[in-house]
Amino acid sequence: MPEIRNYTINFGPQHPAAHGVLRLVLEMDGEVVQRADPHIGLLHRATEKLAESKPYNQSIPYMDRLDYVSMMCNEHGYVLALEKLLGVTPPLRAQYIRVMFDEITRILNHLMWLGTHALDIGAMTVFLYCFREREDLMDMYEAVSGARMHAAYYRPGGVYRDLPDRMPQYQPSRWRSAAEVARLNRNRQGSLLDFIEDFTERFPGYVDEYETLLTDNRIWKQRTVGIGVVPPERALQLGFTGPMLRGSGIAWDLRKKQPYEVYDRLEFDIPVGTNGDCYDRYLVRVEELRQSNRIIRQCVDWLRNNPGPVMLHDHKLAPPPREEMKGDMEALIHHFKLFSEGYVLPEGEVYTAVEHPKGEFGVYLVSDGANKPYRLKIRAPGFAHLSAMDEMASGHMLADVVAIIGTMDIVFGEIDR
Amino acid sequence: MSRYYDNLAQRLRERFGDQLARCEAVGDELTVEVPAPRLLPVCQALRDEPEFAFAQLVDLCGVDYLEYGDGRWDGPRFAVVYHLLSVEHNHRLRLRAFAEGDPPMIDSVVPVWASANWYEREAFDLFGIVFEGHPDLRRILTDYGFIGHPFRKDFPLIGNVEMRYDPDRQRVVYEPVSIEPRVNQPRVIRHDHRYAGRRLEEEAGDA
Repeated sequence: MPEIRNYTINFGPQHPAAHGVLRLVLEMDGEVVQRADPHIGLLHRATEKLAESKPYNQSIPYMDRLDYVSMMCNEHGYVLALEKLLGVTPPLRAQYIRVMFDEITRILNHLMWLGTHALDIGAMTVFLYCFREREDLMDMYEAVSGARMHAAYYRPGGVYRDLPDRMPQYQPSRWRSAAEVARLNRNRQGSLLDFIEDFTERFPGYVDEYETLLTDNRIWKQRTVGIGVVPPERALQLGFTGPMLRGSGIAWDLRKKQPYEVYDRLEFDIPVGTNGDCYDRYLVRVEELRQSNRIIRQCVDWLRNNPGPVMLHDHKLAPPPREEMKGDMEALIHHFKLFSEGYVLPEGEVYTAVEHPKGEFGVYLVSDGANKPYRLKIRAPGFAHLSAMDEMASGHMLADVVAIIGTMDIVFGEIDR
Repeated sequence: MSRYYDNLAQRLRERFGDQLARCEAVGDELTVEVPAPRLLPVCQALRDEPEFAFAQLVDLCGVDYLEYGDGRWDGPRFAVVYHLLSVEHNHRLRLRAFAEGDPPMIDSVVPVWASANWYEREAFDLFGIVFEGHPDLRRILTDYGFIGHPFRKDFPLIGNVEMRYDPDRQRVVYEPVSIEPRVNQPRVIRHDHRYAGRRLEEEAGDA
């Protein structure tokens, strides 16, 4: 009888279910995983080191590229750190806009997660549905910042500009007939807020569609129930945050527990799982989609009724308006200084955290009083989650590794930084 | 909020006494400095004692103070900064310990918090801080066979080597880096009078 030995296989870095550039070295006993050793760093760009060589504002676009499916939430963490050290508070309207776009980002992220997670374990349709809705959300990004993904929209002291009064329109072309363009433009006739409101009315129906496809689906349950179970005490030990922690039954959400911006004025619920398996985390995230929708609605209502400034009127921090620069020497100097040297932060260190769609996104900033950070550390939620890969995957079948990677909601931009 | 942290700082001072080198709260940021030999027992106590209950290590990172304040720094060069979170009491704590020696050494906190595993590997990789007692201290973010510790302040931003595919040899080759280092905006430290005023106000407000 031949000798039976464990063998090692490489999963990724070019595997479609590895969600990016994850190289996973799996030690297998037959089809059962004995040990999982993730090799990361294939997307390491030294964002933190690059930020040390740039004035503060020039690092905001880098933040978009960390977790490239929840762009504005990353910016939010960074901008909050700057504001905390500067000791400034943005105008209320800017805070509402930030919260609204944080939640739009959360939906954007969770739709990406749901689509790819379902695709990985065999449900094709959900993927197509999710990307249909992401299109609308990215149009909101585009309307407000000009970029569909990497917005660079949040700035210390507020947001770059106010919400636009009209939405960009589709134009007829060789590929789109006039009738189709008219259909696409139908809900884009009003302002951005009208478009968002229209979306929030449609969206709960869409979530019902995803749930029809998955929640009671026998195959989906067979692939997720009881897979990757993490008890609450282990979840804390392993540094889990966000939906991964809530899926294990710990009601911890920074939006409720350590509220920032205007989350304490808004009504929403925090879903919590009970078993800590992939299915519970799925349920938690789907409920978060509904809750985010609810928050967006409240923000839209408030923003409609309360016009006002969206940026501090402090030209040491925020650029003066164009018209002012044409006639005012001082404004011109401010503009020049701001875009060349930038501004200095007082000496000190801060840690700020936001409830990012994936968990706690923290920014630890050390300043020695210069116009560039002395040390910037980004606490990416996915990093801690992926480090638990070995513990979560050991003893499961090879096919379950895919489900576990999916449930962690991994994006390599933030893990490798 | 800041009163809560002042209170917590007071309780920490009472509990640990001279085991802490420094313990101060600025607003809602509480920073505690621990001498490296006392690190493990302090961490253990912070995790286990119900009064503190820091069940989670949220973040761990290295800091290189070589060029801090353009040479104003006179402490040890490398520090390890731990960010702790207590889900139970909803409070946070920043713990700093300096790693001394060459290579800089410090005890690993993996026995206390399992999440430290990868964070310590990262700090080892990027700063060359050696964590004694770590179960598997390998590089994590940099390339296989990388030389140096890239986040040290004396490591150039452009790096030392560049990589390309050589069609003749049919493999990837490493060569000395060919791009020129360039600084678009110089780093300046300005003692902005606006902050000076604010500091005074804060102190007056606290008193």
